[in-house]
Amino acid sequence: MPEPGAFRDPELARKLAARIRALAEKLGRSVALMEVCGTHTVAIARSGLEGLMPGSLRLVSGPGCPVCVTPQGEIERAMAAARLADVTLATFGDMLRVPARGGSLESARSAGADVRMAYSPREALDVARAEPNRQVVFVGVGFETTIPAFAATVLEAREAGVGNFSVLPGFRLVPPALQAVLASGPAIDGFILPGHVSAILGTEPYAIIPDSGRAAVVAGFEPLDLMLAAEMLLAQLAEGLPRVEIGYRRAVRPEGNPEARRLIERVFEPADAGWRGIGVLPKSGLAFREEFREFDAARRFGLATPEVADPEGCRCGEVLTGRVAPKECPLFGDVCTPEDPVGPCMVSSEGCCAARYRYGVEGTSRR
Amino acid sequence: MCLAVPGKISAIDGRSATIDYGGGLTRPAALDLIPDARVGEYVLVHAGYAISRLDDEEAEETLKLIREMGHPDA
Repeated sequence: MPEPGAFRDPELARKLAARIRALAEKLGRSVALMEVCGTHTVAIARSGLEGLMPGSLRLVSGPGCPVCVTPQGEIERAMAAARLADVTLATFGDMLRVPARGGSLESARSAGADVRMAYSPREALDVARAEPNRQVVFVGVGFETTIPAFAATVLEAREAGVGNFSVLPGFRLVPPALQAVLASGPAIDGFILPGHVSAILGTEPYAIIPDSGRAAVVAGFEPLDLMLAAEMLLAQLAEGLPRVEIGYRRAVRPEGNPEARRLIERVFEPADAGWRGIGVLPKSGLAFREEFREFDAARRFGLATPEVADPEGCRCGEVLTGRVAPKECPLFGDVCTPEDPVGPCMVSSEGCCAARYRYGVEGTSRR
Repeated sequence: MCLAVPGKISAIDGRSATIDYGGGLTRPAALDLIPDARVGEYVLVHAGYAISRLDDEEAEETLKLIREMGHPDA
């Protein structure tokens, strides 16, 4: 395997930057590329890649931050679960600080609820085994990268007969969100597709992108990966031949990971889901199949998801679909900061507002 | 949230593997999603599960592609 730093080589980065500039010049018009994935948003902001991009090239963030698109009602449902007697609530760290009515999971913890941060649902299953008198509930958020881990953990819990483990399902699927962006979003010329979601899905679900005349490249997360994706997208546009290509071939196969998809399909079935600021998208989430409903914490504890309006003035929904840049939100950096966030795009470390705030890239585009 | 960390499988015990992340750091990961993985292979690990193999030849190919890129005659 190449050295870990190989995909950060400054000389190769300069070479790609020159290619990108030349292709942008050849195109002779302004181009907007959307990075769909929140992990890409952070990688781009952190690496300062935009400084290497020509002025005619604009990068726009998409809806791929799981915490950001989780409706406030689901946060409140998780807080209700945390307050139940004998419940240990586990979740990923980014979920803890999302504000809702009555506080956050973090404030629920300060008030005495047993809320624990976990990196893997499997860790929570271990807690359930070790503490049989507790009901361990995992607040499951994530896209196709993360969902197979939950499917496999639920299957393991079933196999091992662990009766005190369940999941509050808040999973969301990337292709329906892309479809929503394509249908209603701004003028996007090409998509930087999420590398690790694609490691599971493969390329087939993205055919809707070239069908709509846009370019698409699956990208990795190192600076050279992202620059290569931009180069490939501009080349597609210059050729006038939009298609789906993989720029992250060391990790992504055209067929994805069929075993991971099989596990997802075994445990879950598609269900309509709400996306913060976007609304309900058909079949864009997952529900437990009847046979696995005992693992659905909402059902086990009779937890409803309240309908909650987004905070006043917060434009996260428009930011998430690339219609508004973070700086264009009147709350950005003033009322809404990472220390005292109003909306989820400022809470999650992967939210584009937080990335923009922390790495100091300003302006109506990112420059 | 879609961060995945590359590491090398140094041991396998049933469906669990020991992943070597270099610098003396090893951690367990589940192999449920790549059941036929073998010791010595590189994988990406996310949320405690190996989600994809890393292909050494493809990695070299991508670097070679960039190295050999000419300046476009725009």
